[in-house]
Amino acid sequence: MLENYLPIIIFIGVGLLFGSALMVIGRLMGPHNPDSEKLSPYECGFEAFEDSRMKFDVRYYLVAILFIIFDLEIAFLFPWAVVLEDIGLFGFVAMMLFLGILVVGFVYEWKKGALEWE
Amino acid sequence: MIDFAWSVWNGIPAWSQVTLVNLVLIIIIVLPVVLGVAYLTFAERKIIGYMQVRIGPNRVGPRGLLQPIADVVKLMLKEVIIPTNANKYLFVTAPVLALAPALVAWAVIPFTDRWVLANIDASLLFVLALTSLGVYGVIIAGWASNSKYAFLGSLRSAAQIVAYEIAMGFALVGVLMSAQSLNLHEIALQQAGGLHQWYLWPLFPLFVVYFIAGVAETNRAPFDVAEGETEIVAGFHVEYSGITFALFFLAEYANMILISALASVMFLGGWWAPLNVVPFTWVPPLGWLLFKMCGLLFLFLWFRATFPRYRYDQIMRLGWKVFIPVTLVWIAVVGAAMQTPLGFLFH
Repeated sequence: MLENYLPIIIFIGVGLLFGSALMVIGRLMGPHNPDSEKLSPYECGFEAFEDSRMKFDVRYYLVAILFIIFDLEIAFLFPWAVVLEDIGLFGFVAMMLFLGILVVGFVYEWKKGALEWE
Repeated sequence: MIDFAWSVWNGIPAWSQVTLVNLVLIIIIVLPVVLGVAYLTFAERKIIGYMQVRIGPNRVGPRGLLQPIADVVKLMLKEVIIPTNANKYLFVTAPVLALAPALVAWAVIPFTDRWVLANIDASLLFVLALTSLGVYGVIIAGWASNSKYAFLGSLRSAAQIVAYEIAMGFALVGVLMSAQSLNLHEIALQQAGGLHQWYLWPLFPLFVVYFIAGVAETNRAPFDVAEGETEIVAGFHVEYSGITFALFFLAEYANMILISALASVMFLGGWWAPLNVVPFTWVPPLGWLLFKMCGLLFLFLWFRATFPRYRYDQIMRLGWKVFIPVTLVWIAVVGAAMQTPLGFLFH
């Protein structure tokens, strides 16, 4: 059972090693003559005129928060979906109640305009 | 000679025998994926070329067939630039972090009835977890570059990927309800017997949502605002050059092939032939899987040639206000049908 996971662990190692090896090969084979202009951040030829780690739209945070709620919901749905045959009508009704409450929340955030991007 | 090789093989400890066998199997999977990526870029340029009444690349090798090899060599020979303001360690980690999950997810893909490297019960969960990890590469690249375009591109991309991941997750729940298993191999086995058994039919809305969400997850046109050449130059990888850029490129295309493989296994019957009659059964199972994957990959390229880029608000509206309600309703429909005698329709 658990030995089926061994190839995955080896594969993770191979995956990381493959990327790192390519990086090393590229670094060794390519030329390397940096100068200060080449190493400045790209801004269409202008000098960078303010810090690039600037303030950004709060809606990105909002999306992240909504994502956490819905992703958790999916995590709850996964085991339920696998055994739905066995738990029958009771399991179905219980999950529909849960989904119903979440849909109320979803409708609320929709009406509040949390999903609007102008 | 053969006897000697056997004695060496038997002489090494059992755990290293297992490791070596697995390493060889992994290389047998990774090499075709990488080669597939190379020739997918070639196919993309040729197909989009013909769609735009051009001939596409045709100079390197016969009919331009060696073009991807030339591109790889060129990218390797270019200088790797690490900007002074960048966070150096994160900057070089990001491409590796983007590529590794796109490769590792192949560990659980069932290629045929017998060819699956790691036949684990939670393979669908594993794939979902790994495809989610890909977003770290993008975010870290955008943050570490310390450049405005990169920063904006990675923010856009992160919000888009997480929004579509929800729709994708819900679509997968529908597959789980039909298959009653998290094991991809088992899911494909349930669709044996021909075209009419495929989950494509009962779960058609979920298939459409899954595939379009897949296009959005991989930042492909028409959802490519993260790169948006005409707005933010190249988005999160604007500061990356040479091989570091090539790794992001490799990750994007490997993810496209992965999404096609997953969609084939979950909705199009994996390696099973569409009909169990003579001309169809001549094709080997792996051939059918590759054929289905190529069909879906062609859709990726076709979308890029056909649709103009969406505006960012349109992308978010499609993800949150269309896909999530559609998938929620279809999950309820499938669940309700399974409580009635009509449940067999969804198996």
